[in-house]
Amino acid sequence: MTTHYLVLSALLFAIGAIGVLVRRNAIVVFMCVELMLNACNLAFVTFARQHGNLDGQIIAFFVMVVAAAEVVVGLAIIVTMFRTRRSASVDDANLLKN
Amino acid sequence: MNQIEPPVIEYAQVAPLLVVFGAAVLGVVVEAFAPRYLRKAIHMPLTLLSLAGAFVLTVWQATQSPHNAAAMGAIAVDGPTLFVWGTILVLAVVSVLLISDEDHFVGQASALPGSAEEEESITARAAHTEVYPLVLFAVGGMLLFPASNDLLIMFVALEVMSLPLYLLCGLARRRRLLSQEAAMKYFLLGAFSSAFFLFGTALLYGVAGTVEFRGIAEALTRVGGMDTLLLAGTATLGVGLLFKIGAAPFQAWKPDVYQGAPTPVTALMASGTLVAAFGGLLRVFWVALGGLEWDWKPVLWGVAILTMLVGAILAITQTDIKRMLAYSSIAHAGFLLVGVVAVGDAEQNREALTGLLFYLVAYGIATVGAFAVVTLVRDAGGEANHLSRWAGLGKRAPLLAGVFALFLLAFAGIPLTSGFLGKYAIFAAAGGADAWPLVIVAVIASAVAAFFYVRVIVLMFFSDPAADGPTIAVPTVSTSIVVALAAAATVVLGVIPEPVLNLASIAAESLFVR
Repeated sequence: MTTHYLVLSALLFAIGAIGVLVRRNAIVVFMCVELMLNACNLAFVTFARQHGNLDGQIIAFFVMVVAAAEVVVGLAIIVTMFRTRRSASVDDANLLKN
Repeated sequence: MNQIEPPVIEYAQVAPLLVVFGAAVLGVVVEAFAPRYLRKAIHMPLTLLSLAGAFVLTVWQATQSPHNAAAMGAIAVDGPTLFVWGTILVLAVVSVLLISDEDHFVGQASALPGSAEEEESITARAAHTEVYPLVLFAVGGMLLFPASNDLLIMFVALEVMSLPLYLLCGLARRRRLLSQEAAMKYFLLGAFSSAFFLFGTALLYGVAGTVEFRGIAEALTRVGGMDTLLLAGTATLGVGLLFKIGAAPFQAWKPDVYQGAPTPVTALMASGTLVAAFGGLLRVFWVALGGLEWDWKPVLWGVAILTMLVGAILAITQTDIKRMLAYSSIAHAGFLLVGVVAVGDAEQNREALTGLLFYLVAYGIATVGAFAVVTLVRDAGGEANHLSRWAGLGKRAPLLAGVFALFLLAFAGIPLTSGFLGKYAIFAAAGGADAWPLVIVAVIASAVAAFFYVRVIVLMFFSDPAADGPTIAVPTVSTSIVVALAAAATVVLGVIPEPVLNLASIAAESLFVR
């Protein structure tokens, strides 16, 4: 019954993870991370339904708050990067090398 | 209608957490309302006193008994937690002393590097005093992380610990491009790994119907070790945790971040975060997933071996002192993992835990000391981090080079320094658990690591100083205190380790509460 939702959640998580690894724009990479968090939320509420308790739904709220805080910090860092370099590409950020 | 039960919270037991978080919030209020010229004068005592107060409360809590899980079982205030809290708080105080040396941080982070705006902020002697509340939030997260007794609290603690650190990494005064780049890499990879941690949490919740460690441990006995969801959840959760400690193959962020971040922040990350992350890792694998030992043990064996070898071998090729210390930190994470897999019966677990706790203290304090020395060796462009610039340092500044050599010897685990006993305790525990191949690899990795530590010492003492070599900055009082404290602790822990070792074994006596 709930299996479809779990499969969808796993798919979304995988899409997000692959996106993080292959996309080059920092904003897009970050959006992929957010997609992964949302996939987690879907899994949490699905399992909450399966187990018939509310823990999973409450956890989903916590995750949303944490994700919002992460957006604030992340965008601050990415925007600062962009203003300095006129580029949000993670490939251009290559000064830190041995 | 269902009644909602109000939660019972043992305020006395979680007091150290409350003090640190309270001071952090107060720090934000100070930022909002205090005039600019007063801010640092308020932040410094507030930060140091709250950390010291939290330490006193931790010691007081340690004299109380029995230790149990506070706040409806969400926060475990047991022996190992209290020991780790004490360690983190000491390391935090020392790091804050380093951080208080104003000129490590950028005057105005929003001003573009090289712009007129930046010039202006420099002439106005602007300073980001926000670093103090940020550090307090990060330390609060570090305290909560090893104490959390369910995966939700642990996830929140992970983020509370990491988010301020992402920002702090980007605030270096000099080499700002490097610093911003470090912040972005740390942020993207950190967020990526937290997502894995969270997905693991979701899957384990699916298996157990709860995220409490106790509940997960009980569910393990029900479903057995072959459940697909359970194994997938354990694996993804493990990825998130191993990323935080910088274990191979998830170590790529460490050298970049350590190099780019302002050195005092690196000191805090390299010591405090590692201690906190290992505390949390131990609790997850030993308490929640203890029943799954035969599944995760072989994997962690492989990870430990890979981490030790990657750290020790790649460190040899480094030419930047901070990158070298980062790879050394990776190698040490590997040595610590040897202790994590040395599980067996209760007696064996106690021995391994004692060794781990002692190692964390010894490594943490030597790390802060080493990075404190790095802040002092400077040239015109800021810190002189290239190894070639350190040539002949022993002839120009024998004392400083001598102290740095001491820290390196402690990292290498030479007898009469703190590092030797830490390594011995962990390897002995691993031997007790019949993990002899692991011990042999660890000893080989130690030998390889000793090679590059000694190479730096030889470079400092037996080569001629360059004509335009770096200047040794006159250390401020706080930096001198940090270096002196770290050096003293390294020697004392090496010569008379009994007090701390006893403390660690008392802390390990009760193991983790369930």
